[in-house]
Formats: sequence, C-alpha cells, structure tokens
Amino acid sequence: MTGMGGIGIEHYLVVGAILFVLGVLGIFLNRKNVIVILMAVELILLAVNINLVAFSAFMQDLVGQIFAMMVLTVAAAEAAIGLAILVIYYRGRGTIAVDDVNRMKG
Amino acid sequence: MATQILIIVFLPLAAAIIAGLGNRALGNTIAKSLTTGALFVSAALSWPIFFGFLNGTANAEVVPVLQWVQSGDMSFDWALRVDALTAVMLVVINTVSALVHLYSWGYMEEDPAQPRFFAYLSLFTFAMLMLVTADNLVQMFFGWEGVGLASYLLIGFWFHKPSANAAAMKAFVVNRVGDLGFMLGIFGTFLVFQTTSIPEIIDAAPAMSGSSITFVGMRLYTMDILCILLFIGAMGKSAQLGLHTWLPDAMEGPTPVSALIHAATMVTAGVFMLCRLSPMFETAPTALAIVTVVGAATCFFAATIGTTQWDIKRVIAYSTCSQLGYMFFAAGVGAYGVAMFHLFTHAFFKALLFLGAGSVIHAMHHEQDMRYYGGLRKAIPFTFWAMMAGTLAITGVGVLYVFGFAGFYSKDAILEAAWARGTGLSQFAFWAGAIAALLTSFYSWRLMFLTFWGTPRWIESEHIQHAVHHDEDDAQNAAPARLEDASQKGPHSVPDPETGKGTGGYKPHESPASMLIPLGILTLGAVFAGYIFKYPFIDSTLMGSDAQGFWGSSIFFNDDLVHALHDVPLWVKLTATIAMIAGFAGAVYAYILKPALPGAFVAKFPRLHDFVYNKWYFDELYHRIFVRPAFWFGRQFWKLGDIGTIDRFGPNGIAAVVNRGSAAARSIQSGYLYTYALIMLLGLIAAVTYVLL
Repeated sequence: MTGMGGIGIEHYLVVGAILFVLGVLGIFLNRKNVIVILMAVELILLAVNINLVAFSAFMQDLVGQIFAMMVLTVAAAEAAIGLAILVIYYRGRGTIAVDDVNRMKG
Repeated sequence: MATQILIIVFLPLAAAIIAGLGNRALGNTIAKSLTTGALFVSAALSWPIFFGFLNGTANAEVVPVLQWVQSGDMSFDWALRVDALTAVMLVVINTVSALVHLYSWGYMEEDPAQPRFFAYLSLFTFAMLMLVTADNLVQMFFGWEGVGLASYLLIGFWFHKPSANAAAMKAFVVNRVGDLGFMLGIFGTFLVFQTTSIPEIIDAAPAMSGSSITFVGMRLYTMDILCILLFIGAMGKSAQLGLHTWLPDAMEGPTPVSALIHAATMVTAGVFMLCRLSPMFETAPTALAIVTVVGAATCFFAATIGTTQWDIKRVIAYSTCSQLGYMFFAAGVGAYGVAMFHLFTHAFFKALLFLGAGSVIHAMHHEQDMRYYGGLRKAIPFTFWAMMAGTLAITGVGVLYVFGFAGFYSKDAILEAAWARGTGLSQFAFWAGAIAALLTSFYSWRLMFLTFWGTPRWIESEHIQHAVHHDEDDAQNAAPARLEDASQKGPHSVPDPETGKGTGGYKPHESPASMLIPLGILTLGAVFAGYIFKYPFIDSTLMGSDAQGFWGSSIFFNDDLVHALHDVPLWVKLTATIAMIAGFAGAVYAYILKPALPGAFVAKFPRLHDFVYNKWYFDELYHRIFVRPAFWFGRQFWKLGDIGTIDRFGPNGIAAVVNRGSAAARSIQSGYLYTYALIMLLGLIAAVTYVLL
C-alpha cells in the first residue's frame, strides 16, 4: 500500500501496542469497577484488531480483516455477556467494586 | 471307631461355628441347645471307646483326616490318634464339658451374650480334643494354641471389666513364655529326629540317649535339652511354679469356665503331654529330675497360698495349681499311669468343687469373698452336699483296703510312687507332697467351714446389700436383676438389722436344676471314680486281655515301680491319710472351736502371713523384673521410635510438607480477577519467551 505519506506499518503497530498496554494496565491498576475491566479487555482486543487490519492492508491479504471482523463479533458478544453477568452480580451483591469481588479466594 | 472319633472331635467344632456365627440370629435357646447337644453326643460316644480300652476290646489306631504339610523332609497330616491315653482324656474332656455346658444354662441365664459364651465353650472343647488326639507335635501345638485362645476369650468374656481383660492378657502372655519353650522343643525334635510324628520320635528316642548337642554355646545331652524345652511348654499351660501366675487371675472368667478350662481339662494338657511323650522323657533323666522338683515345689507352694486366700474361687484355683504339681512329680518319678489317674479323678472332683463354688456364688448374689459367707449349710443343702463330696475327694478321705473317695486312691498312689522311686529327689517330692496333703486338707475344710458353718456374715457384703435393695426396687419397676452387679455398685444403706442376724434380710436360693444335675453327676464321679478305675490306671498289667494291660503302648509303663509302689511300708501308705486328718483337725480347731485363732496367728506372724497371702510376692517380682522393663521398652519404642521417628518423618512429615505447600499456594489465590489475569499474563510471557528463545 503505497501513497500513505509517512504513515507506515510501524505506526499502526505502535498504536496497537500502546492500546494493548493501556488495556493491560487498565486490568491491573483498576481498583474501581468491574466495567472498567471489561472496557480494558475491549481495548486489548481492539489493539489486536488494529494489528490484524494493519498487517492485512500491508500484506494485501484479506484474511486479516475478516479475522478482525470475527474478533469484533466475539468481543461484542463477550461484552454483552459480561455486562449481563455484572447486572446479575450487582443484584446479588449490591456492588461491582473490584476490591469486593474476591469470592474465588482459596 | 473311625467315624465315632470324627464325630466326637468335629461335632463341637460344627456347633461352635454355627452358634458363634449365628449368634443373635439364632437366639439363646437354639445356640445353647445346639452346643450342649453336640457335647452330650460327643460325651456319649467317648465312654464306649474308653470302656473298649478298659476291657481290652479296643485297639489303638490312627484315623487320617487331611494331608497338612508336605515340604521337603517335613511332612505331617491332620490325624486323630486314639489309644488308651486319648480315651481317658476324651472321657474327661467331653464329660466335664457337656456338664459345664448344661450348668451354664443356669449360671449364665441372665447374661446378654449367651450364644457367644457357648460357642467359645464348644470351640475350646474342639481345640482340646485336637490336642489329645494329636499324632504329631505340630497338631498338638495347634490344639495347644487353640485352647490358649479359647481360654483367653473366656477369661475375658466379661470384657467390660478391666480386671477380666487384664487377666485374659496375662494368661495369654504368660502362656507365650511356655509356648516359646514348646516351640523350641518341637523345632529341636525335628532337627534331631527329622520328623514330628510322635510314634516315630518315641521309637527313635532311646537311640539318641547319651548323645549331646550344642545349645546356646553349651554342650548338653540332646534328650535332656529337648525334654526340658517341652516341659517349659507344659509348665506354662499347667501353671507350674514360675509360670503359674496367670491361673489365679484367670478366675476373672465365669465360674463354668474355671471349672472346665482352669481345673479339669486345659491346665492338665501339660501332664497329658508329658505322658504322651513319656518314652521320650524316660531317656532324659535330668529333665525328669527337673519335672519332679518343679512339680513338688508347685504342689507345696500353691497349697500354702491356698490356706490364706479369701476369694472362694482363688482358693480352688491354688488348689488346682497344687494338684497339678502332684501330677507332675508323679510323672517325674516315672509313674505316668498314676499321674493320669490323678488327672482323671481330679477332673471330676475339681470340676465339682468349682461348679459347687459357682452355685454358692450364684446363691450369694455374686459375692465371692468367704468372709461374707457362713451358715449356708441349711440354705443351699444340695450344693452343700455336693461340695462336701468334692472336699472329701480332694482331701483324700478313705480307709485303706476298704473304700475311699476319688482323691484317696490317686493321691496315695502318687505319694507311694514317689517313695517307691527311692531317689533323693523323689524323697523330697514325697515329703513336699505329704505336707501339701496336710495343707490341702486344711484349706479345703477351711473353705467348707467358712462357707457352710458358723453364723451368717452376709450383711457386710456389698453384693448382698445390693441384692436386698434390688429386690425392693424390683417391686417397684420390675427391672430384672442383672448379672455382674459388681460393676454397678450403688449407694448402700444398711438394711434393717431386725430382719435377721447377720443375714441382712437376704435369703440365699438354691440353684436351678440345670446347675444341680451336673453337680449330682460329678458327685458320683468324685465319690466312685477312684474306687472303680484304680486297677486299670495304676495296675495296668493286672487288667485287660493282652499282656500290656489298659495303657498298652500309649504311655511308658514302669512295671517295677508299680510293684514297688504296692510294697511300700504301711506308714507310707498312711501318710496321706494322717496328713489329711491333721489338716482337718487343724481346720476344725481354727475355724469351728477357736474362731479367733486365725486372726491371732496372723497378728503374731504378720511377715509370714503377708508373704503367703501376697502369693510369695511372685506377681510383684515379675512386675519388677519383666513387666516394668517391658513397659519401659514399649514406651521408648512408642515415644522415640514410633512418634519420634516414624510418625515425625513419615506420615506427619509428609502431611506437614503438603500443609505448608498448600498454605503457600492458597495465599496466591487472592480471589481478585486482576491477580489471576496478571499471573496468566506472566505465564504467557514466560511461555512466549521460552518458545522464542
């Protein structure tokens, strides 16, 4: 893909990497709220999508973009299920603060 | 005869298995009828065999049952050997056992575990029959251990009593000591003769006389060492001096058990073994000397203790010990037929005395202390006359050449044989036996006077007080009186003294018919067994159709000794009678005419009385020498070995490691999602790094 000015594959990858790291940090540093974790997961998936699409365009292979569509679909479903679980959880426990969600403790 | 003997031996086993496994499913009556019936059949079949040997129509034979062991040079089978010696034992065992079974119907009537009791009794009888019909030493050992097991189970029958458990264990452990000797004897015999078959050993024994063998680093005569080892086994089973401590304690068992096992049959197994192997022992003069000394010493020693005990059963137990001593020194001087004769008569009168004592205990509501008896003659007349017959028999009452009770013939013959033998040791045995005869008479009459004469002293007995109270309670709630009241003593208040002087208002009751019938039959035995069977047992050669007489080749029979026995001076023949009269006079004087005398005597010689009353301190001595070190060793192994090493590094160590590991693993499980995610991430990174590098 020529004629894209100074924007090359590495820029996309950098953006993807930044988004990925943001997502990961969002999971670990977040102490507020489980929804933020969900959003952080979405960010990670989006970072992956950017990579896929960037490589797809760069290598002129559509498979990457199709794969990105699949990931989007799965992410949407996952978000829906995650939010549904959160609603149920909130009804049951009255909170979705991350620090209160530790029923898996051994 | 083959079928007969198979039935005699295996019917009690079958009854024991059915009654024991059926237990409560069968119910009391069926289990009791089955076992008692089986024993009566066995007893009925035994007598014809015995009479067959008596009139010379029966011949010794061996009935093979099963092949047992076939290994290299060693081979032996299950086989039932029937000869005159076995026939005597069959009659004794089955008759006494059948009567004891019947007696137990009455005595154990209120016990909650009757099928178990009767199954044990029948099992014991089977084991004893295996012992006496054994054709090889290994089968004899099987029976030997079988009776030991049954004895253990029956002594500890009332297992909720700690004292009964302790007594059962003591009997078992002390017998192990003897059994070690017996086992070494069997091993040694096999080593020397390459066989365990008794007839083969007996045939080969004379040839080994004079040969020597190295044992624990010493050069010893082969036959002496073998016979001494076997005799140690006999000492354990027959409660001879040194290994006797278990027998008095065994009185913790129910009284019918004492009568059957610890008086008439099992404890005589040692004497039987000596007689069975008598041709072998005849080749071992040193062993026989030891037998004589141990027997005579036991005979005297046990009789002294018998004069001081208060428990009616213990008096009879020491009496048994003493009478077994007589049998042993009779065998030791070579008069095996006489030893068997005393075994035979003793079985009847001692079983009678024990069952009579059981009847008294039954009447006195489980009180066993003679200090609380007195004046029972009128209350339980049948028991009184039965006990009287037993006492006349054991003390050896009789008039020379006219008639005597059972013990008169057998005990006199033993003393005469000891005298006739003429060696220094047999002289010692003679005098020990004569003194023991005096003591026997004294303690037997003491027992009779304390129990049946004098005024009632029942009021101080807790059992009697309890019984009186129980009757009052019964009127209110009709609760049945339980057996073994000793363990549930309640608070006692002394009943109204107006109701009777010294009786506490208690009325002893005569025992039921099931208990009185055996007493009656045994009374016949105690009165006539000596008179009727004197000739075949002692003068074997005078009876029977063939030249060998009643005993045949079943025991070593010393003709010269029997002739010498009849030619002893008159004063020797009268010694036992004189001793008996002296003992009787002493007992009359001390317990009827001057009842204060025993107390005064004890006050004057407290050391002597304590020494004898405390059984010559044998239990204390053994406690010091064996029991405490054994406990110490046990504790060391327990604390240092088991807890300190095996547990610490074994199960507990592993468990601790797992515990600590899992505690560490648990601390990772924070329950927070992000922790898991972080770990997953770290894991992913590690995996990727590994793949990439």
